[in-house]
Amino acid sequence: MAAAPSSPGPLRPDRPSVPFGRGGADRHRTRAALPWPLWGPALAGLGLLVLPVLGLVARADWVRLPELVTSDAALTALGLSLRTAAASTALCLLLGGPLAVVLARGRPPGLRVLRSLVLLPLVLPPVVGGLALLYLLGRTGLVGRYLDLYLGVRVPFTTTAVVLAQTFVAMPFLVVSLEGALRTAGDRYETVAATLGARPWTVFWRVTVPLLLPGLGSAVVLAFARALGEFGATIAFAGSLAGQTRTLPLEIYLQRESDVDGAVALSLLLVAVAAVVVVLARPRAVEGAR
Amino acid sequence: MRARAPLGLAVALVLALAACGSGGGNPAPRRTVTVLAAASLTEVFGRLEQRFEAEHPGVDVKISYGGSSDLAQQIVNGAPADVFAAANTSTMDTVARAGLAGQPRVFATNELRIAVPADNPKNIGSLADLAKDGVVLVVCAPQVPCGAATQKVATAAGVRLRPASEEPDVKSVLGKVVAGEADAGLVYVTDVHARGDRVRGVAFPEAAGARNDYPITVPSGAPEAELGRQFVELVRGQVGREALTAAGFQVP
Repeated sequence: MAAAPSSPGPLRPDRPSVPFGRGGADRHRTRAALPWPLWGPALAGLGLLVLPVLGLVARADWVRLPELVTSDAALTALGLSLRTAAASTALCLLLGGPLAVVLARGRPPGLRVLRSLVLLPLVLPPVVGGLALLYLLGRTGLVGRYLDLYLGVRVPFTTTAVVLAQTFVAMPFLVVSLEGALRTAGDRYETVAATLGARPWTVFWRVTVPLLLPGLGSAVVLAFARALGEFGATIAFAGSLAGQTRTLPLEIYLQRESDVDGAVALSLLLVAVAAVVVVLARPRAVEGAR
Repeated sequence: MRARAPLGLAVALVLALAACGSGGGNPAPRRTVTVLAAASLTEVFGRLEQRFEAEHPGVDVKISYGGSSDLAQQIVNGAPADVFAAANTSTMDTVARAGLAGQPRVFATNELRIAVPADNPKNIGSLADLAKDGVVLVVCAPQVPCGAATQKVATAAGVRLRPASEEPDVKSVLGKVVAGEADAGLVYVTDVHARGDRVRGVAFPEAAGARNDYPITVPSGAPEAELGRQFVELVRGQVGREALTAAGFQVP
């Protein structure tokens, strides 16, 4: 895969070309034929990803849909979801951005172990993450008992707990995306800048951050989307109370008990919001997710 | 040879998908009776499963535990079931509306208790105590059976509850009490029995006015209807009644 001539900016000369779509420059090259047996599983895989959403669409009660998605409970949950996901995305950026830079450039001791630890929330079931947060910050938790005792601060059952749970599950996406972008870019520009006498802060703001920018959009979108869909860690750590901790996924889970039509309508609402978010940042997201 | 690798992969995939199905291709003479049961029946039905299999050699009892409304949805959407035991009558009504309920009968009732940590730090003794300042209370959401019962007892007692959280199921409520995050939670007496070491149940008079009926049935269209009927007989018979009583249920 040679660099596509259409790659924007000179700073990422070794960026691999996008695997599908937008491959205008590839059209004139001789492409290796794809082995045909790949098509079957590929189509089956695509079907497995796409058809369930079609099932949801088919099951929806379209007549009552407007009324169902604008109910008080739905709007309260949607508002809370958007607010908390935005807050946790900001927190991810504030903490995860520097973490990505440190992992990519800092050569900390035990880098491999550190990177595995950062990836842990990706492979943990979210409900385990929620329990872990509970036993750290809960009233009887490792740190939480002192928060309660000395500061009178209780984290569980608050909107803060929702944001922390979402940040816990979403931050690895941001860190991995940004770290990947930095590694792909290489550190020679930073080295050159340092050789020319730039101070560390100057190198960071004038070279490293611009290198991060192309990957930032996809990283932020991934983190936001993950935070928006968070369920398990939230229910285990934050509980479920309308307007305070009951985000849209929790509202869907609850409505499913009593009103399947309502749950389906809210699911479609969440699909629509997620689709808008992903489509808005699609080109970057496709690259960033590699 | 090279072309055979992807073909083998495809075959493996097809086989894997087939294995994910009902397993209907298995020619073994073993018969399976499929039971869908409310999560609160886990301990009791686990014991009855062993008993049934001991009495019926060659029969395998498969029990799927879950929230009653989830199970009802599964049956309505065509999941094969020989027995359906629900934690309330309204979920059985869901199945009945689809014309699949058969003849449900109530085989047990359950009622609420206030679950408190074993040392009861906030000295909870009645429903009214739950409304005191500084008590972190967790209950079920009104949409689920235990939450509906919670509303009923609160209304009967004239108490305005201000929960810190309305959980989607009763086990989540119990979990918050066990974890020490909540000072009290409203759960079923059977849940208190199941976690007797970590929590204590506080009885209150209003509980009797909000009992949950547990109906059981052999859904119409059950693949192994006769075995299903025999399992229902076991649950409703002497053995079943004893197991249910031991777990804290009341039997009619």
